[in-house]
Formats: sequence, C-alpha cells, structure tokens
Amino acid sequence: MDFKLLVFWVFSLVLVGAAVGVITTRNPVQAALFLVLAFVNSAVIWMLMEAEFLAITLVLVYVGAVMVLFLFVVMMLDINLAPLREGFHKYLVVGGGIVAAIVFQMIFLIRVKWTGDDKFPQPVPKPAEYSNTEELGMAMYTDYLFQFEVAAVILLVAIVAAIALTMRRRPLTKYQRPAEQVLVQKEDRLRVVEVNSQDNQDIGSISNAATKASAAAKANAANHSDNGDNNPPIDGATEGVKP
Amino acid sequence: MGFFEGLLFLLWTVFKIALIIVPLILSVAYLTYAERKVIGAIQVRKGPNRVGFFGLLQPFADVLKLLTKEVLVPTNSHRFLFMIAPILSLGAAFAAWAVIPFSDTAILADVNAGLLYVLALTSLGVYGVIIAGWASNSKYAFLGAMRSAAQIVAYEIAMGFALVGVLMVSGSLNLGDIVDAQRGNIFHWFWLPLFPLFIVYFISGVAETNRAPFDVAEGESEIVAGFHVDYSGMAFALFFLAEYANMIMIAALAVIMFLGGWLSPVPFLPDGMGWFFAKTAFMLFFFLWFRATFPRYRYDQIMRLGWKVFIPVTIVWITVEAVAILLEIAPWFDIRAVGAA
Repeated sequence: MDFKLLVFWVFSLVLVGAAVGVITTRNPVQAALFLVLAFVNSAVIWMLMEAEFLAITLVLVYVGAVMVLFLFVVMMLDINLAPLREGFHKYLVVGGGIVAAIVFQMIFLIRVKWTGDDKFPQPVPKPAEYSNTEELGMAMYTDYLFQFEVAAVILLVAIVAAIALTMRRRPLTKYQRPAEQVLVQKEDRLRVVEVNSQDNQDIGSISNAATKASAAAKANAANHSDNGDNNPPIDGATEGVKP
Repeated sequence: MGFFEGLLFLLWTVFKIALIIVPLILSVAYLTYAERKVIGAIQVRKGPNRVGFFGLLQPFADVLKLLTKEVLVPTNSHRFLFMIAPILSLGAAFAAWAVIPFSDTAILADVNAGLLYVLALTSLGVYGVIIAGWASNSKYAFLGAMRSAAQIVAYEIAMGFALVGVLMVSGSLNLGDIVDAQRGNIFHWFWLPLFPLFIVYFISGVAETNRAPFDVAEGESEIVAGFHVDYSGMAFALFFLAEYANMIMIAALAVIMFLGGWLSPVPFLPDGMGWFFAKTAFMLFFFLWFRATFPRYRYDQIMRLGWKVFIPVTIVWITVEAVAILLEIAPWFDIRAVGAA
C-alpha cells in the first residue's frame, strides 16, 4: 500500500468521524471543537492533493480566526437544548429530503465523471519548485481581477453593515480620548499654591486630629515651608493625623 | 514512494525533529534562568544563585519539582479537554519550528509557503488557552481564556499585515528566500526599509505570546493566574514550556524577517548559524526587558493599541511600500529585484 494512501485514509476517516461528532454531540463547545478537528483534517487532505496554499489558508482563516470567535461566542451562551429539539419529527421529513437530494447529486456527479481511469486520469505531480500560491495570485490579480474586486467590495459592505448594526451610542459611557490625553501640559493639571502658616493653623483646627497630632502636623508643615518646599500644607496635616 | 521507504523517511524526519526539539527545550530551560537573572539584575537583586554554580542548575531543579508534583484534575472539569489543552498549546508551539531556517542548509522542511505555515501554526496556539480556560470550569480561568482569545485575534491581524510588508519586498513566502533577499550588510536587512512594520510585528508578537505588559490573560493580581489557575505539576509545566517556546519562535521570526537571519552584519565576517542564535538571543532580551520595565496594560488600552494604532500603521506602510515598488524607488524596489532573482 502506498504511504500517501495510508495517510489519506487515516485523515479522511478522522474527518468523517469529526463531522459526525459535530452533529451528534450535545455540548455546543464540543461540537465547535469537532468542527475544528474536521477543518484541520480536510486541510491535511488538501495538502496531500498539493493544494498547499488553500490548505494553509483554511487553517489560518477558519481554524485560527473564525472558529476562535465561534468558540468565544458558544462558550458564553447558555443554550437550553430542550426547545431546540422540539419538532424533530416534523423537520425529519424535510431534512431527509434534502440529504437524499445531496447524496443523489453526488453519486450522479461521481458516476458520470469517474467511470474510468481514462476519463479522469491521475494528475501528474508538479515539480518541487512549483508554487501554487504564485499561480493563484497570478490568476486572481490578472485574469479574474474584476471578480476579485467585486468580492472585495461586497466584503467591505458586509463589514460596514456589521459594524453599523452592532454599534450603539451610549451617552452615559465615559470614554478616554488618548489624543487629548497626550496633549495635556503640566500647567493644566498641577497648581502650585503658596500658603502661609496662618492658613495652616486653620486647617489644623478643622481636622478632627488629636491636639498632639495636629501639633506635629504644624511642625511638619512649618518645616516644609522653612525649606522652601512647595507642598501644600494639607499634606503635612494628613500625614500627622495618620498614626 | 513505497511503504517501507515512507517509513524510513518518517523515522529520519523524527530524528531531525528531535535535533530541533531537544535543544529548543534546553533553551527554554535556560531562558527561564536568563529571565530570572536579567530581571534580578534590573531590580538590583541576585536572582537564582544556590543550585549549582551561579544557580546554573536552577532550571533542572524546577523541572524536577514540577515532575514530582501531582497533576490535579478539578472535579467538575471536562477531563479530556482539561488534559489535552496543555498538549495542544505545546504542539502548536513546537510544530511551527519545522520551517525555520537556522542557516542556508539547516532546515527541516524547506516549503514554499513557509511564512503562511508559521502564521497558521502560531494562530493555533490560542486553542490551548481557550480550551484550558473552558475545561477548568472556573470563573477565573474562563475570564483569562476570553481575554486571551480576543487579544490574540486582534494582534494576529496586525502581525499578518506586518508580514505582508515583508513578502512584498522579498517577493517570496519561503523563509530561506526572505533571508537571502536581505543579503549585504546590516543596512540591507529589512528592519531599515520596513522599520514601522518591524516595531509593529515585535510588539504584536509580545502580545501574541501573552507576555508582560500584555499578560492580562494571566493577570495574577486580578484573575489569579488566568487560564492555567487549575493546572499543577507537569500540566502546568507544559503551558510554561509552550509560552517560552513561543517567545523564542517570535524572536527567531523577527530575526529571519527583519534582521537578516544567519547573515553576518558586516561583510568581512562569514555568515553562519551563530549569527542566527546571537540575534535571536538579542531579541529575546527585549522580552525580559519589557517584563521588568512596563506595568500591565489595561484591557481596553490593549484593544485600542491593536485595532486603532497598529492596524492603521501597517496599512499605511504597506501602501507606502506598494507605491515605492511601483515607482521603482531605491531601497524597496532593489530588495525585490534581488529576491526575485
């Protein structure tokens, strides 16, 4: 048996198992994690088919970003599963019909295309230096530029719409404005007050401090002013009160 | 390729993987030692100095201690996910090393889409954190996981855009080719023409690895230890190992993409693997320096920096670069010509 074929079987079996897990598990977080497993396995299978760029992009975009946000939401939801299960039999008929249609289409497609090796020859492996990233880029930005740009505009509209739908202005919320914060000068925030010892005595009498403490505070404040220190005396007073 | 040849190839590759992983684990061990010594020096302390000469055996003592501790599994946790989370984060941290070129020949997998592979793998690391936070069934762990998820998704975009700038001037996704495009002396490396992207990339890298000052996912003063609050013993050690392996990874990538990889900074000295390791160590020093210097960011400030500062900066610089390449202006266009040749 070919080594590649073995790898293919292992990963495709895990892929199918994970896909079944997504719809059978009862825990939504587990279902999301099964979906992650399914994505990773299909990425490996794409890699086997030499579609490296698509494989890595699948992991990067879907596993690395989309599913992380998905998990983010699912983990915070408190889903009550009982009402979701109601009417199972009612939908069974419709769901069964859709599944039958899909299976029929796939069988039809495969039967028509793959009836013989001559009709669907095995692709020749490309040389090692062949880069399908480059091929894809060339195709997308030259031959299909218009379609690519249209897709980009549609995505942009979707982004704007999503933001417009979820943004709500809350007038009571206080916001920071860093642009204004960095423009603040020392003069806007700091006021240097010259206070003589007369005012200091008033503050001492207002505070409920014990006489000893306020006396210490006064001495403290007096020292400060003697030293030419610009500390407002209220600081000295509170320091004295603390112990 | 037949089955047995395939098996042989597999064994040989496993051997080469061991050649990368074992030194990596050793470097993680001594990175923790270096971190404690450097932060000790910055804070005028001695750091570990009891086990072995100058505390050189301290990392081994730590590992032994963690090995002998019991791995506790909380009663109401999701047992399977709880145990698999540290393995997931470690696996992603190690797997990305497959495409790192240590020199022009020493590389495990010389793939064309190396840069994309690295981006994809580093974005997988967040699963370990999210799953650990959810499986622990604890408020603190869950808060840490949520913070980490939002933070990593935000900074991944800025990081990806910074790398778009690199591949624009180098004209290749192959990490070896990116280094080759920087051939010349220190002023030919990409840090100069891509300076804003270099800064954005490195700071985003610090945020991606949940390191200080972006370590709100751990935030020991608010949410105890965040996502790994319930982990003990070896399970905790695996998270630790993954975090430090990721740090080395980010530093190594910064070296490859902006600091010329294994290339020598001056023409009269030969190129070699030694330069790569020296530059990586230099970048790693910044991680330690940041941790000892900056207080932790507030959460809304982290989000603002990621979305409103870094992403616009990268978009502007990519535009500048595109115009420069289109008009064939010297530094950017020159580099591209070398890379394509």
